[in-house]
Amino acid sequence: MDLKSTKNFVFWLFCQFELITCSYLMEPWEKVLFYSFNICMVGTLFYTTYACVAAHVSTALQLLWNLLGNQQENAVSVVK
Amino acid sequence: NHIVHNGGLYKRPFNEAFEETPMLVAVLTYVGYGVLTLFGYLRDFMRQWKIEKCQNATEREEQKDFVPLYQDFENFYNRNLYMRIRDSWNRPICSVPGAKVDMMERVSHDYNWTFTYTGRVIKDIINMGSYNYLGFAQNVGACQEAAAKVLSQYGAGVCSTRQEMGNLDKHEELEKLVARFLGVESAMAYGMGFATNSMNIPALVGKGCLILSDELNHASLVLGARLSGATIRIFKHNNMQSLEKLLKDAIVHGQPRTRRPWKKILILVEGIYSMEGSIVRLPEVIALKKKYKSYLYLDEAHSIGALGPSGRGVVEYFGLNPEDVDVMMGTFTKSFGAAGGYIGGKKELIDYLRTYSHSAVYATSMSPPVVEQIITSVKCIMGEDGTTIGEARVQQLAENTRYFRRRLKEMGFIIYGNEDSPVVPLMLYMPAKIGAFGREMLKRNIGVVVVGFPATPIIESRARFCLSAAHTKEMLDTALKEINEVGDLLQLKYSRRRLVPLLDRPFDETTYEETED
Repeated sequence: MDLKSTKNFVFWLFCQFELITCSYLMEPWEKVLFYSFNICMVGTLFYTTYACVAAHVSTALQLLWNLLGNQQENAVSVVK
Repeated sequence: NHIVHNGGLYKRPFNEAFEETPMLVAVLTYVGYGVLTLFGYLRDFMRQWKIEKCQNATEREEQKDFVPLYQDFENFYNRNLYMRIRDSWNRPICSVPGAKVDMMERVSHDYNWTFTYTGRVIKDIINMGSYNYLGFAQNVGACQEAAAKVLSQYGAGVCSTRQEMGNLDKHEELEKLVARFLGVESAMAYGMGFATNSMNIPALVGKGCLILSDELNHASLVLGARLSGATIRIFKHNNMQSLEKLLKDAIVHGQPRTRRPWKKILILVEGIYSMEGSIVRLPEVIALKKKYKSYLYLDEAHSIGALGPSGRGVVEYFGLNPEDVDVMMGTFTKSFGAAGGYIGGKKELIDYLRTYSHSAVYATSMSPPVVEQIITSVKCIMGEDGTTIGEARVQQLAENTRYFRRRLKEMGFIIYGNEDSPVVPLMLYMPAKIGAFGREMLKRNIGVVVVGFPATPIIESRARFCLSAAHTKEMLDTALKEINEVGDLLQLKYSRRRLVPLLDRPFDETTYEETED
């Protein structure tokens, strides 16, 4: 039963999307065009997140680790 | 026995509200229009390059190099946006437009470019769209019998104008009755309400006069004002400060170049504005008119019969003197179940209009059965036919209005206009919801009128309900249940002010009303 109500809810959400972006009024081929454009945009967004943002975040973490590491090394050498 | 007082007291609370558009809704509406515009350009491109068949009007091949005829925004909107939702308008009905109506079913196989009738008739659709405020759109009853008798006596056509051979004794009787109903000295009736406005304003004002017209006046008033040749200045809708400022400027500065005083200043207002559901602030307008010595033209198309304790319009609703309004205009289409318009006022004014109005000189006079329908319905409202049907209907309309508006507000829709106006606009905003609302309501057997651009501003599209004394409480409850369902389905409950429901029983110490934000 929970699966059915979830399915209904998702379908209702999709209907709201259709109404807001006026794809409710479009002919089928226009809908295909519009949805494929949207999916391409979303896909590009995910790829950009994966490719660039991940690299930036890892570079930033490495820098931070180096800073901390340097501090530790300096402290260790002084103690020595 | 609880009787609803519809404006019997002068000191009456004036409850009018126009809730602001929520920001998110406005942004999403623009998004929707943006997407449709892009697809509109795509379709136009395809039509121009012959990839798609062009089904709308275009110029002929030889005229393609001339100045283009169909490239402006109105035509673009028509081709690409209006065509997609066109099935909500021009629906053919095949019975009397009373509280319930029959409609012919039609389908379109090429996305609303052409329609075909399936042959089936959808019966008993609850009619929330007809201007039938007092329920006189009937094919049974006293009005219909009287009209049938007159039809068999006079026939249907008059075959002449009022000034030549078309002045029947029925017309004289009607005009005396209308003058008595309104409380004015004299009245004149015309065959068409639109023509009453557009043909009589040019007869009253001319060049050298000033017209102060409300922002949201009807097309007939605008057309009449433009045809007259007078200078037109617009004041903000129902805004008395704006009107006073314009009046002051007009008196102080006079005509634009010559600085001479204006020959006449005419204020054009309507009793109820049909797209907003708002009522004019008549006491203030009359006070301003008297202070600045100008004239008032009041168009009571929707308010005659619908407001006031005995249905005599907005002047009675506020408890004012009908002699303060210089020109009282109204129509017989809405509350009287007939067609035509009238103008009431002083005897000299009406005698002048009989000779100089275009409508009186050139237009065919009213058809006799229609005149008889109006005479019978006015007598019924006044109570002169010996029954209390008219009084009961006026009270029923007031109760229906209060009930319907209260329930819709409680559900959480944004409703514009005054608490007492029987015209109820419900805001839809997004273009896809205009089409969806019309179709969904028809599926549930309720007929509504949806309005979009150009009748309203482009993001403020709405559904307009017209209440009627013929609607029973059961019909209204059914309609409200379906509107609630469709509102949840389409997410139309935009209002951010939720009122805790006011209980329908007499006030005692334990009941109270709260507002939660």
